[in-house]
Amino acid sequence: MPTKLEARRVGIHYRRQRSGESLIAVDGVDLRIASGEFVAIVGPSGCGKTTFLNAVDGLLPIASGSLLLDGREITAPGPDRAMVFQQPSLLPWRTVTGNILYGLEMQRRAGTESRSTAKRLVELVGLRGFDDSWPSELSGGMQQRVNLARALATDPELLLLDEPFAALDAQTRETMQQELLRVWNETRKTALFITHDIAEAVYLADRVIVFTARPGRVKLEVAIGLPRPRDLRMKREAGFVEYERTIWETIREEVLRSEASPPAAVA
Amino acid sequence: MATPSGQLDTIASPAEPQALVRRPTDARDRAMRRHEPTIIGAAAVVLFFVVWQGVGIIRETAPEGLALGPFKFIAPSQLFLPTPLDIARAFQAYVQDGRIWKDVAVSGQELLVGYVSAALLGIVLGLLIGWYARLRYALDPFITFLYATPRIVLLPLFIIWFGIGVESKIAVVFLGAIFAILINTAAGVRNLDVNLIKVARSFGASDLQLFRTIALPGSVPFILTGLRLGIGHALTGVVVGELVAAQFGVGQMMAVAGATFQSSKVFAGLFLIAGTGMLMTFSLQKLEQRFEAWRPRPN
Ligand SMILES: Nc1ncnc2c1ncn2[C@@H]1O[C@H](COP(=O)(O)OP(=O)(O)O)[C@@H](O)[C@H]1O
Ligand SMILES: [Mg+2]
Repeated sequence: MPTKLEARRVGIHYRRQRSGESLIAVDGVDLRIASGEFVAIVGPSGCGKTTFLNAVDGLLPIASGSLLLDGREITAPGPDRAMVFQQPSLLPWRTVTGNILYGLEMQRRAGTESRSTAKRLVELVGLRGFDDSWPSELSGGMQQRVNLARALATDPELLLLDEPFAALDAQTRETMQQELLRVWNETRKTALFITHDIAEAVYLADRVIVFTARPGRVKLEVAIGLPRPRDLRMKREAGFVEYERTIWETIREEVLRSEASPPAAVA
Repeated sequence: MATPSGQLDTIASPAEPQALVRRPTDARDRAMRRHEPTIIGAAAVVLFFVVWQGVGIIRETAPEGLALGPFKFIAPSQLFLPTPLDIARAFQAYVQDGRIWKDVAVSGQELLVGYVSAALLGIVLGLLIGWYARLRYALDPFITFLYATPRIVLLPLFIIWFGIGVESKIAVVFLGAIFAILINTAAGVRNLDVNLIKVARSFGASDLQLFRTIALPGSVPFILTGLRLGIGHALTGVVVGELVAAQFGVGQMMAVAGATFQSSKVFAGLFLIAGTGMLMTFSLQKLEQRFEAWRPRPN
């Protein structure tokens, strides 16, 4: 499979508003994602997962290294990528349909066939009958379905997901994981999924990448050999639990290490 | 590159999902519940006027006072407190001698021209100030100065500049109303949900698209609040302006009536102005409902 995304020694800094010193959020990330692959990134909270994903989306500039999509440097957001945000972030004054079509409108690709595109996506994410509902009338899980549909509407080549289920309750979260896999099976988009939930990462991904504590870099890569289509029952099987344990121990080691020596900021 | 100004420090909280559980009720019960506020409100108003009129009846039937157990209630004089019927008669006389039309036309012109121009300029300037931080830095001292000054004190100056005709009152109404509208509109633009801005940017929205699809609809509730606050300031401007110096107008009529101890006529003018304010607020509420169909409704 051809490479879709390649990160070479990517470093990302934040400049602190007050002190003006810079904070190294991500430092030397190397990774490569093949076309059609589903990759999950896990790591301790604050290790730079969101930061890295924002850079891939083109919302943040990188300070060093290179970040290539289909071999071209990423400099700005583009129609070849779409983000499913951690917060549903729906426009409250637009209906479900209006929200799903938002990306297409911004990219000036909305046209006569938009209504049917929206209709198809509403069904794909299991919201039939809610086309004209307001976001305030939807539950958290339903809002995240719209968030996903909005990203899929622009038909991106790379789907970026930033802990999209983190705010949901445990039951809804598992349902949404299953739904995401179903949708992904139908579309087979290259996906980069961020989470701090190890079981979620193992269940969804072809490959799990573990980040170190801040500054984030790749600590471990685990190819998940579980067959597809996957079923939630797999989460109880020995093979699955073994993957979980390996990743959990790596992260625990990282958390302990970072607590022993807090990372220094550079001037 | 122009971005929503500076640090966006306030993040709007997402709307709470509407409570979906609603007890089934039969149609009559529902109709009753829907009209309940109107019925109770109207009854309270009617009761208020009946009691008020009752004071007048006591005044006529027991001029030397009404014994209430150990207390004695002496009704105030008609000059002090005219009854609703006195006020209605004064209003009728005001209509019949024809002065009312001239006064309403003059006051109405001052209110309308002053308020509408304040609304238009306030919204446009508020959007610009909210959007362009540098413009805000430049205009902030002036806005703060004028906002801190009760604009009514500028009236003597306006009279020198514009005379005692409608122009000086339009200026006072305009300055009275514009700041509430401008400041609220700017706050609306500045308090945009950062998450929504990120969504727009992520989909490659241009500044103009971001403004049209996020900033504008996001500040509508703030704009409407500003417009509503502006009504009160505008009405104050009309009345006080006319009290100070005018040839015609409802406020001028009240000033003359007050100076000649025609308290019923003062009350008639008061109700006219209150009615106008209520009508404007009500129209704005209707507009609000149209704009905000998406807001969750508790019920
Ligand atoms: N806008 C910002 N300005 C300064 N520092 C930031 C900003 N956003 C995130 N950070 C810092 O960068 C680090 C990584 O953050 P983030 O990417 O959000 O972590 P994660 O998503 O892995 O929890 C954290 O230490 C955080 O405090
Ligand atoms: Mg994060």
